[in-house]
Amino acid sequence: MQSTTRATYDEMLDPDGAVRPAYAGFREWYDAQDKNWLKRQDAEAERFFRKTGITFNVYGDDAGEERLIPFDMIPRIITAREWRKLSRGIEQRVRALNAFLHDLYHRQEIVRSGRLPARLLHGNAAFLPQMAGFTPPGGVYTHIVGIDLVRTGPDEFMVLEDNARTPSGVSYMLENRETMMAMFPELFSQIAVRSVSDYPRRLARSLAACAPKGASDRTDGRPVVAVLTPGIFNSAYYEHAFLADQMGAELVEGSDLRVIDGRVAMRTTQGYQPIDVIYRRVDDEYLDPLSFHPDSVLGVAGIMDIYRAGKITIANAPGTGIADDKAIYSFMPEIVEFYTGEKPILQNVPTWRCSEPEALKYVLDNLKDLVVKEVHGSGGYGMLIGPTSSRSEIANFEKKLRAKPDNYIAQPTLSLSTVPIFTKAGLAPRHVDLRPFVLFSPDGIDITPGGLTRVALKKGSLVVNSSQGGGTKDSWVLED
Amino acid sequence: MLGRSANGIYWMARSLERAENTARLLDVGFRMALTRGAQAAREEWRSVLITIGQDRAYCERYTDYTGPQVFNFILRGPDNPSSVLTMIENARTNARSVRTAITREVWEATNESWMVLRALLARPVRESNLGEVLAAIRAQTTQVRGAMEGTMLRNEIYNFARIGTFLERADNTARILDVKYYVLLPSIAWVGSSLDNAQWETVLRSVAGDRAYRWLNAGSLEPRGIAQFLILDGRFPRSLVFCYEKIRSNLAGLARQYGQETSAHELLRDAGSRLHQLGIEDIIERGLHEFITEFISGAIRIGNTIAADYRFIE
Repeated sequence: MQSTTRATYDEMLDPDGAVRPAYAGFREWYDAQDKNWLKRQDAEAERFFRKTGITFNVYGDDAGEERLIPFDMIPRIITAREWRKLSRGIEQRVRALNAFLHDLYHRQEIVRSGRLPARLLHGNAAFLPQMAGFTPPGGVYTHIVGIDLVRTGPDEFMVLEDNARTPSGVSYMLENRETMMAMFPELFSQIAVRSVSDYPRRLARSLAACAPKGASDRTDGRPVVAVLTPGIFNSAYYEHAFLADQMGAELVEGSDLRVIDGRVAMRTTQGYQPIDVIYRRVDDEYLDPLSFHPDSVLGVAGIMDIYRAGKITIANAPGTGIADDKAIYSFMPEIVEFYTGEKPILQNVPTWRCSEPEALKYVLDNLKDLVVKEVHGSGGYGMLIGPTSSRSEIANFEKKLRAKPDNYIAQPTLSLSTVPIFTKAGLAPRHVDLRPFVLFSPDGIDITPGGLTRVALKKGSLVVNSSQGGGTKDSWVLED
Repeated sequence: MLGRSANGIYWMARSLERAENTARLLDVGFRMALTRGAQAAREEWRSVLITIGQDRAYCERYTDYTGPQVFNFILRGPDNPSSVLTMIENARTNARSVRTAITREVWEATNESWMVLRALLARPVRESNLGEVLAAIRAQTTQVRGAMEGTMLRNEIYNFARIGTFLERADNTARILDVKYYVLLPSIAWVGSSLDNAQWETVLRSVAGDRAYRWLNAGSLEPRGIAQFLILDGRFPRSLVFCYEKIRSNLAGLARQYGQETSAHELLRDAGSRLHQLGIEDIIERGLHEFITEFISGAIRIGNTIAADYRFIE
């Protein structure tokens, strides 16, 4: 493997400066607009978001002040042809993830066959012994998946990360589109963009399809679905409320729930009412103080027993985190092939496992060119980006890496593709990634066309995380 | 609906109503200060503090009642847990926690109230902009109420919101009467002096009832009539009878939807029939003060019973 350094792929302009077909319609519209009017619209967008309350809390921030994730009004555009290939790859990957999880919690054929080292499971906190031998209702583990993709060339989308626990950001996908349609309605009558607004309804349908058989007590037979949130101080509370609202589901907190008569039930004004499907936005370890973190007040005491008795569906299933572990990630090509019998359509980013001596040696020798991540880290914290780090930062990180190599993987510094953002000086290219959202149920796989585009607003920056100065864009998939 | 959501919407409505009522009281205090001289103004500021139950907290910090000191304490005092700003924040926090129980328009109106008032109250309020601030509080809370009226389903959620609104409003009118009842009592000293007239007008203004009262009574002011108006006139939206009627109809709505009554219904029926049987003569004869005191504790009991019957908390 070699770390690559090559020209950045810009999604709007080709190397000669000509507009690529995906952006032709948009550029025609953009060039005809009065730029001062666009600046005013840009300010208007921020006001709109504040008014709607689409805010998030940054942990560790003083007084829990609510912040906005900056929104950039230039859309990220994907052609129908590109999307077809992407969706095939995503579908393949999600099926493999689900089959992999079922196998891990049952016979572990992939370990027996020698394709996956057993040490990756043992002692891994994301692997839950409580799930062993149990099959969730409908056989579904990953009801909702967010696949983080990066683009490095015309036909090169790579998977950076699989989010199989509780991927967030879908409310931004939906609100960004609403904002764009409110600000620039004519754009959507001129250019045929595939709609995303159906997502909450599809999510509700998909979750309902995973309900335990015969569980519902409702007279109309429709399962009772609830969204479990840690509460209003959680950074993604807005999204939890938004989704519950859009699905017509109850938004519950741990304190609303109790196990009563062998069911998980919520305290309503008329007493306790059983729930069939719980879309939890609470991490595994807080889900049940009896099974996991004993101090947790965010979950429901005894829910795991009810779950294992088949009386409630938990989405996503507990223990799915093992599938998006960064150490497991490096085995995804093998995993896809093992369960689907096909070559992976979407590539992994080349990954060095620092637990392997040879890989470690390479990583240590090339730290200044690599991105090194903690195996269990997330949100862009605890990582080293070699090319933009100082000599002393690299030296410090090297100490940590040598002390605990198992804790790290390394990847080449990818030249993420760029898409223009709107600045006072006009359009300027910035690096982006893409998180499409995938629903999985016994009825099939449902991928919403588009997803969340995150953009590094600082010139040259490769960190797109909202907690570290990233913004978002509306993501368009064009109609055929 | 969730018990926690019922609790949230109830307190959201109560907090907004309280903020609005407080703004109205401040308006009256301010007017007194402008028209009646320093001594009367001090008395009025003090009675505003007593009416909203903040006199003790205020006295822990200050020794005198000067206008800007009092209204800043009430509006935005950092060590005042019941300031208007805190009320608005409470309303918004509650709205946020019951986001799925309210419409987008109600949420946005509440959120905007918070944004606007937080900005207005970011710095100490001066006498020269007090009027503007109080008008903004009234306008913002009215906007939320309008959004609720115009966009919310008439179901249990709306019922809990309305019960919160009218319990708070009844409590507010009763507290004003409680502090000012002596002004309305027949007294041998009464000779229709201009001071009394001003006091009565203050009571009416505190509940935005001065115009309505004058219109109904061809401009004449008379204490018994004012007491009757504030307590028993079912046409006036801040009278005790009006508020009780609203609480009754919303509780009836809950009984209809849930197919059963609770102990709160019983309690309210009793209180209502007492209210309807009494004329203003009876009330004054038995003691206006006792009547009001009893009314206030009755309203608290009803609130607590509703919270328990509908499982507001575990």
